[in-house]
Parts: sequence; C-alpha cells; structure tokens
Amino acid sequence: MQGIPILRMGEFLLVTIQVDMHDQLAMRLQDDLTNAIAKKNAKGVLIDISALDMVDSFIGRMISDISGMARILDAKTVLVGMQPAVAITLVELGLSLPGVATALNVERGMQLLRKSLDESDVDPTKR
Amino acid sequence: MANKTSISQALGKRRSDIHSQWTKQLGSTLGESSKGRLSAAEVSQQAEQFLDRFNPAVQSQKLDDINGSEWTEVRAFLDDLSRRRVAAGFSSDETATFIFSLKRALFDILKEESAGDAAQLADNIWQATLLLDKLGLYTIKSYQKTREEVINRQQQELLELSTPVVKLWDGILALPMIGTLDSARTQVVMESLLQKIVETESQIAIIDITGVPTVDTLVAQHLLKTVTALRLMGADCIISGVRPQIAQTIVHLGVDLQGVTTKANLADALALALKRSGITFSRSN
Repeated sequence: MQGIPILRMGEFLLVTIQVDMHDQLAMRLQDDLTNAIAKKNAKGVLIDISALDMVDSFIGRMISDISGMARILDAKTVLVGMQPAVAITLVELGLSLPGVATALNVERGMQLLRKSLDESDVDPTKR
Repeated sequence: MANKTSISQALGKRRSDIHSQWTKQLGSTLGESSKGRLSAAEVSQQAEQFLDRFNPAVQSQKLDDINGSEWTEVRAFLDDLSRRRVAAGFSSDETATFIFSLKRALFDILKEESAGDAAQLADNIWQATLLLDKLGLYTIKSYQKTREEVINRQQQELLELSTPVVKLWDGILALPMIGTLDSARTQVVMESLLQKIVETESQIAIIDITGVPTVDTLVAQHLLKTVTALRLMGADCIISGVRPQIAQTIVHLGVDLQGVTTKANLADALALALKRSGITFSRSN
C-alpha cells in the first residue's frame, strides 16, 4: 500500500494529502510522521489538506492527534488550506481542533512556523 | 337527466340577465373596499370573461368534477384572476366574493326558469351551490398559492441580499449582518464568508452585528460556529458592533465568547485588523 509522502523542507516537514483519506492510510501517516519527526529532528510540520474536500470525524481526530504527538516531540503542527466545506463539516461534527494552528496556505503556514520558531529560540535567553 | 340540463339551459338562455344581475351584485358587495382599485367596467368585463368560459364548461354536463379537462379554461381564468387580485392588494374573501356573488344571480334566474316545480328548483339550486362553492374554494386556494409564492420569493431575495461580504482592505474582509440570525441564514452567511476567504486569501474577517436586533443562545452558538470554522481555515475573526444590551444578554446567558475578539464598533475592529496586518497610518499635515 502506498503511503503519503513526507517531504523535508529545511527544519520543517511538509505533508500534502491529495487522496481520499481512509482509516488505514491515516493510521500509517501517523506512524510515518512521528518517525520522521524523530529521525529528522524536525521543528515544524505543515499538513496541507487543500485537496481534501471531504472529512469524517475519524480524520478530524487523527489530525488533532498528530498535532498532539508532534508537540510532544517538540514540533509545531500547522494545518493549511482547509476548504470551506471541510471547515463547516468539522464544526458541525463538534471538532474545533483546539491547539492545532491553522493557516490559509502553505506560504502563510511556513511564515507562522518560522515566527513561532524564532520566538521559542529567543525565549530561553530572555529567562 | 332533465334537472341536470336545466342549469345549462338557464345559463344558455338567460346569460345576459345573469351577467347584468351578477355585475350588480358584484358592484354592491365589492362596493366600498374596491373603490379606486377596480372600476365597474373592469368588473363587468371580468364577469363577462368568466361566463365565456363558464358556459361551455357547464354545457359539458360535468358539474361534479371541476378538475376535469372541461374546466381547464375556467381554472386558468380563476388562477389569473387571483393573481391579479393579489397584485392589486385584495384580501382572500374579497377575491372569493367574485364567485360567491354569482349565486344570487344564478338562483334568481333558476327560480324564474323552473317556476312551479319546487322539487326541480331545489335540485337545481343544490347543484349550482355545490359547483359554485367548489369554484369559490378553488379561487381561495389559488389566491393563497400566489401569496405563498410572493412570500417565498421575498424570503429568497432577503437571504441573498442580506449577506454581502465586503473587502475593507487587502486581506481584511467584513460581513455586516442585518436581521435575525437563524440556522439557514447562518449557513449561507458562513459559506459565503468562507468562500470569499479562500478567493481573496484574506487573513482577517470582521463580523459586524450592529444590525442584529437580538442575540440569544442559538444566535451566539451560530456566531461561535462561524468563528471556529474561520479559525480552522486559518483566518482570524473579530466580532464588532456589540451593543451594550447585547453584551449584557450574552453574559447573562452564560455564553462563553472567550477566545473571540470582540469590539464595540466597526472602526475599532478595523483598527485592530490593520494593526495585526502590520499596517500603520500617519496624519500628513
């Protein structure tokens, strides 16, 4: 079974979901991504779901889970490019994904990651 | 079958009498309310047109079923009449009176035609009553249908008109909400706002609720849903135009608006949005 490619861009990882997510694929992505974060010492993860026009509660929870796992591994997750229909569905399902950062597109998501990375770099020296 | 034919006979023979009596009836019953809206000549003309179509339908002998093909013309005429009466602002009873006032004229003629034969007269009148009642009810139904169409169309227009998404600045959208928010409207508003966010790649959306008369728990919930959906898409949301009474209501209701930026007016919201976008202004002298 083909997995979802995880691209490395400097300190960040980029995951572009372009096929319909079925549950098995989602589980595998979780596995691959956590491994990749640990191995490549990534500081941020961008998940691009602009090509996804349908979600269910399972996928919603998986995204939330990935974000939580990444945080524990010291990487910030940004979810980018959500379609209006997907956003409405998630809200109606009651999944507001608290704690997951979002951005309109990959470019903005990258900016957000850089900014938060700069801030966290500065913080320890301030203390 | 003799009694059945006599309505049509009477109608065929004494048509002009029926017409003149009916017009007189119409004149007296509609008298006061229709002044200025409908002239006597128009009423007379409409009565004439109705009889033009009514007569052949009655001659067909199918008096029980006004939904049959013989009555198509009559029904079309009544539909048209109701539509015009709705447009002219008549009430439903005034519209139905058009048909019901024919009773008097028709009964009088029937009485004259079958003078002496009480049984036949009763039979004929019963037949005529049944028929005219049906036609009258049909007219009311048609009147109501037209009214409902008008209401539906207006509702649709209101829905479309009431959700304009305006671009205030590069990357800043505003949505001035006007009127009460219900589920259907919120859905439309949410969709058009989110769509516009994608199109314009805007990062900040200002929802202005100055024009929303009341906020209850349901409305607050709809607002929160919209805010959450916006956040999921990666945009920020500011709610502006919160009036003092509404602020009080929200707190009394125990609605949690924490995590949502709120401002008292649109100007403050725009200032904040500009600041967040890193745009500054200075006054030039």
